[in-house]
Amino acid sequence: MACLLETPIRMSVLSEVTASSRHYVDRLFDPDPQKVLQGVIDMKNAVIGNNKQKANLIVLGAVPRLLYLLQQETSSTELKTECAVVLGSLAMGTENNVKSLLDCHIIPALLQGLLSPDLKFIEACLRCLRTIFTSPVTPEELLYTDATVIPHLMALLSRSRYTQEYICQIFSHCCKGPDHQTILFNHGAVQNIAHLLTSVSYKVRMQALKCFSVLAFENPQVSMTLVNVLVDGELLPQIFVKMLQRDKPIEMQLTSAKCLTYMCRAGAIRTDDNCIVLKTLPCLVRMCSKERLLEERVEGAETLAYLIEPDVELQRIASITDHLIAMLADYFKYPSSVSAITDIKRLDHDLKHAHELRQAAFKLYASLGANDEDIRKKIIETENMMDRIVTGLSESSVKVRLAAVRCLHSLSRSVQQLRTSFQDHAVWKPLMKVLQNAPDEILVVASSMLCNLLLEFSPSKEPILESGAVELLCGLTQSENPALRVNGIWALMNMAFQAEQKIKADILRSLSTEQLFRLLSDSDLNVLMKTLGLLRNLLSTRPHIDKIMSTHGKQIMQAVTLILEGEHNIEVKEQTLCILANIADGTTAKELIMTNDDILQKIKYYMGKDGTAAVPGVTGTPWAPASIPHPC
Amino acid sequence: MLERPMWQRTEGHFRPIASKEPRPLDQWSPETESSPPETTTQSSWFLKKEAANRDLYWCRSWSPSSPWAPPGRLAPGTRFGSREPEPPLSSLGPADRTLGGPNGARLLSPGREAGPGRAGRGGGLPAEAGTPASGPPGPPGLAAGPGPAGGGPVPAVAAGSSAAAPFPHGDSALNEQEKELQRRLKRLYPAVDEQETPLPRSWSPKDKFSYIGLSQNNLRVHYKGHGKTPKDAASVRATHPIPAACGIYYFEVKIVSKGRDGYMGIGLSAQGVNMNRLPGWDKHSYGYHGDDGHSFCSSGTGQPYGPTFTTGDVIGCCVNLINNTCFYTKNGHSLGIAFTDLPPNLYPTVGLQTPGEVVDANFGQHPFVFDIEDYMREWRTKIQAQIDRFPVGDREGEWQTMIQKMVSSYLVHHGYCATAEAFARSTDQTVLEELASIKNRQRIQKLVLAGRMGEAIETTQQLYPSLLERNPNLLFTLKVRQFIEMVNGTDSEVRCLGGRSPKSQDSYPVSPRPFSSPSMSPSHGMSVHSLASGKGNAAHFSGFESCSNGVISNKAHQSYCHSKHQSSSLNVPELNSINMSRSQQVNNFTSNDVDMETDHYSNGVGETSSNGFLNGSSKHDHEMEDCDTEMEVDSSQLRRQLCGGSQAAIERMIHFGRELQAMSEQLRRECGKNTANKKMLKDAFSLLAYSDPWNSPVGNQLDPIQREPVCSALNSAILETHNLPKQPPLALAMGQATQCLGLMARSGIGSCAFATVEDYLH
Repeated sequence: MACLLETPIRMSVLSEVTASSRHYVDRLFDPDPQKVLQGVIDMKNAVIGNNKQKANLIVLGAVPRLLYLLQQETSSTELKTECAVVLGSLAMGTENNVKSLLDCHIIPALLQGLLSPDLKFIEACLRCLRTIFTSPVTPEELLYTDATVIPHLMALLSRSRYTQEYICQIFSHCCKGPDHQTILFNHGAVQNIAHLLTSVSYKVRMQALKCFSVLAFENPQVSMTLVNVLVDGELLPQIFVKMLQRDKPIEMQLTSAKCLTYMCRAGAIRTDDNCIVLKTLPCLVRMCSKERLLEERVEGAETLAYLIEPDVELQRIASITDHLIAMLADYFKYPSSVSAITDIKRLDHDLKHAHELRQAAFKLYASLGANDEDIRKKIIETENMMDRIVTGLSESSVKVRLAAVRCLHSLSRSVQQLRTSFQDHAVWKPLMKVLQNAPDEILVVASSMLCNLLLEFSPSKEPILESGAVELLCGLTQSENPALRVNGIWALMNMAFQAEQKIKADILRSLSTEQLFRLLSDSDLNVLMKTLGLLRNLLSTRPHIDKIMSTHGKQIMQAVTLILEGEHNIEVKEQTLCILANIADGTTAKELIMTNDDILQKIKYYMGKDGTAAVPGVTGTPWAPASIPHPC
Repeated sequence: MLERPMWQRTEGHFRPIASKEPRPLDQWSPETESSPPETTTQSSWFLKKEAANRDLYWCRSWSPSSPWAPPGRLAPGTRFGSREPEPPLSSLGPADRTLGGPNGARLLSPGREAGPGRAGRGGGLPAEAGTPASGPPGPPGLAAGPGPAGGGPVPAVAAGSSAAAPFPHGDSALNEQEKELQRRLKRLYPAVDEQETPLPRSWSPKDKFSYIGLSQNNLRVHYKGHGKTPKDAASVRATHPIPAACGIYYFEVKIVSKGRDGYMGIGLSAQGVNMNRLPGWDKHSYGYHGDDGHSFCSSGTGQPYGPTFTTGDVIGCCVNLINNTCFYTKNGHSLGIAFTDLPPNLYPTVGLQTPGEVVDANFGQHPFVFDIEDYMREWRTKIQAQIDRFPVGDREGEWQTMIQKMVSSYLVHHGYCATAEAFARSTDQTVLEELASIKNRQRIQKLVLAGRMGEAIETTQQLYPSLLERNPNLLFTLKVRQFIEMVNGTDSEVRCLGGRSPKSQDSYPVSPRPFSSPSMSPSHGMSVHSLASGKGNAAHFSGFESCSNGVISNKAHQSYCHSKHQSSSLNVPELNSINMSRSQQVNNFTSNDVDMETDHYSNGVGETSSNGFLNGSSKHDHEMEDCDTEMEVDSSQLRRQLCGGSQAAIERMIHFGRELQAMSEQLRRECGKNTANKKMLKDAFSLLAYSDPWNSPVGNQLDPIQREPVCSALNSAILETHNLPKQPPLALAMGQATQCLGLMARSGIGSCAFATVEDYLH
């Protein structure tokens, strides 16, 4: 009804333009059904490919009338079908058109139409639904509000190749997240769609394939089912491999590579399976080549990054395949200088994809360099790569920044690179900037990278400290996000390792003992462990121990008691006892233990329980301080 | 943090050669060749090692199941004459078809032979297609023994492999390997004419530096120099350069041992490039080196290219002859383009530089680790898309009109008058030749194809009085054919003398097929197929108008054979009367039934093609035998007999032979010697030398398919008198396209590999 109310206002503006369109709308109200039908057919011919005409008709209120005719019992099937066709045509226009259609509650009307016995009408409704659901403005939830819709669509899958194509397309666009996957899966999507992969129609095969890619994504249940499905005597993965063949259309190769990738990541296919190592991976590398369209290159690189992320062997193979690392360097050459001069259209196209290309390349570099030192070296040796990453850190697009930080983080796991390239390019500077007011997702990655940059042997440690890292990290420990809290405290722990007295004092001051207690009672075990690690690192070397214990002794002893009394696992207790050991190493600090009967009782208790953990504590030998690089 | 690269995985089985016992390897130095007696113990040690190693290596790496047959299963002698299944024949069939007419015909003949002929061919065929350089002709198993016959002094290691040969299973495995190689090469490079440009199958024992030793059928390369400096580098080239008609060429090299330093280079080089070097160092030489992973492009300094490679790795080298690039693969993974702008005629080459280095080549003997066929598919699609998108005809409709003209002229040429008329009507074309004339030609053709030569000659003389007079050679050809048909018992002159028509000889169900090139037939069938199916049925009910051509009746016939064989006894005579055209009274029902069987079988074999006979004749002969027995059962007492078994007919035939002899002599006096005529006559007369001419070595003349060239020559001659083209433009265009592809192959344009004319004919 919303668009009806709006109509008069807009009409005043558009009165002249709409004069010619009015005629079409008027004819929909003719009492003679034959004339109405002719009117709808004329309207259909008038709107095809004409966005202006579509907008006009919507403004003039054609939609509610068409929907009325579509739902009217007395309308002939032919009329209903033509109405659905016109509506589908209108939906093909701009996003605003789709919004207007949605405002008129077109979806329930069309879904109702699917119950009709007439195949032509069903196909027209599905085509229109397909167009609406593939629009980004349509909330996919609308497909799931009525629980009877999905089973009905599954049943319609057998009707014709058009119903197959449209329904698969609707599914692949409306399946977002595990809930949707489960709904579709429970209604037999896998069995119903699998045989469509061998359909004679390319479009049906393609849409079915897309369906499987969204169904399998991060879904072990679906993926495990898919590997065992037989179609015409062949297992589904084999069919996907066939669709990867190099003479198949690129779209098909790419989508089947995605299916196999998702099945692999969901644990249904081993990473050393030939269909991954010898088929999927090379196919995705090919998708990154210069010959492919920019969109395909983006998708190829992102999928490949996802595929190889957890597996070193795949990373190594990818790194030698078809000069991938050098190939990715081309992703930064858009818009190229040539396109700027010669072709405005191409420049526009390039500009539109430039960000996407860069972030995809960063993602893939991040995956490639996740584990292997040689690959990291190769990446950094690629022409201007460090410069590009550093530039990427300060790009306007959040996506690019995030990907650049991830890439840098991956590379920062190399001791050698930390000491050389990272220092040469003063990576810490843009990084500190990124950390200011960044969204959480960037902060998580950036702060874990900061952990690595703050390692004792990193030359960046000094300048980072000077630029106010302590405040920033203490701020992070108060975050709601547990990942940020871990990273914050981890970075502080690394920072305190073998640090000067002044830095330790700074940390203690900024953090405040209240915060320290809060962290010690944190629900996240990681946070607790790293906080204890921080305490250990703070309490090392005799003068420092005495100094700190003289100022914060009481609170620290309290904290230690708290932990030892609490319900904690053995690692936590061990770490705590190590702190005691460190305290015992102090000259004056030792007194704090010796005078504390409670603590002594506890030490005695732990000695009796597990000698190995407690013995060094009493003898007063300080343990090796905790300082571990961030693992993730 | 340094992690061990993946390619450093060691293969324990190969190591011992290089690391544990380096001493015997030193014995591979050139001196051993000159003084074999001193090193016998050493080399026998080596041989054992070698043989064991080979076993291991093959079983583990190349083939999933062991290629070695159990020892003693096959005595060496029995292999020669034994009735082996004949994969080479079947694999040669389709490939040889591309060669053109004479070859096609040659291959047809074995299909009709039986008994001793087959055994002889079993040995002969593989050799015929085998490499000229890989040794003596004969069964491939023989080549396993003494090594290349043409080679110079037999190197010590080659002798080694012959010493290993006493294991009979080694022989049969090699035989298998040879067959597999043949199959794979044909599948990968169907466009290559190996008569003209043989494919590389092994390393050349002649084209190598002396520090290189070859073994295992010239596939294994080892280093036997000092390996002190780069001056000790040594290379070997394959037996042949890579033919351009491959389109995409690929070979793999397995590093059996990296030896002392692993200075191995794999690549390509032109003929004549210095072999005392690693591939890539000189002009027209290209290589990828294992020690540093660099690529060397005609230069002493390498470019960073890929990973290093070492023992256990399989390195592949792919030459793209379409864009003249090359890329390598390592363990099945493509490493990206290494070289561009490659010159033509490069040889696969490997180079080694330090002691203990051993590599094995795979030119197609085993499945490749890298999926080269997938890569080829991509290029085939690319080339075909290029052809499909080729811009044609500037003006609208021009292109279409031209194609219609070509089709129409083709139909007219072969006398498909009804089809031609219908086609002309629906496309607004005018038929150049008068309808009556077409029908006349068709009548004559039909007589020829039915084997009724006497009538055919008579009709020709009647309708075109001066034609044969002006063309005595043609007349002679016709007469010789008539003689053959007399022997066969199909010619009307002997037939009317009471001979019964032998089964399967008198019916010629296949439509006129005037070109000798078998590649033509698919299009032939296709062009009339849709029309025929509709018309054939109509003809069946309406009694079939007299002018309808052979194809149509044939189609109707075929479909009945396939679908209703059992229940169609009523239809049979009717159908056959159509098939036999008019005046065919001599045939009785029994023989009609036999005809049906023949059709049924020959068509059943080649279902992929619309032409039954072509396929029927290129298949295994034992199937043919099955077919024969089946027929014999059906036709009970009927046996093939000379001239249909009638004494009068034989006398008539002998008399006719004398006339023919006289005519031949007269021709020689008038026109001078003609070797073709002489041979023709000699072959025809040879038929009488055998008690069973059909199963004699010259029996293929009796095959109805041999009527085709005669028929086509006569048709062309008639057309020429009408000032019409001797060949239809469509056939000319196809011939030109085929020639063009051959020219491309010779000029080094690789895209010819993926644009065969056959691809566009179905």
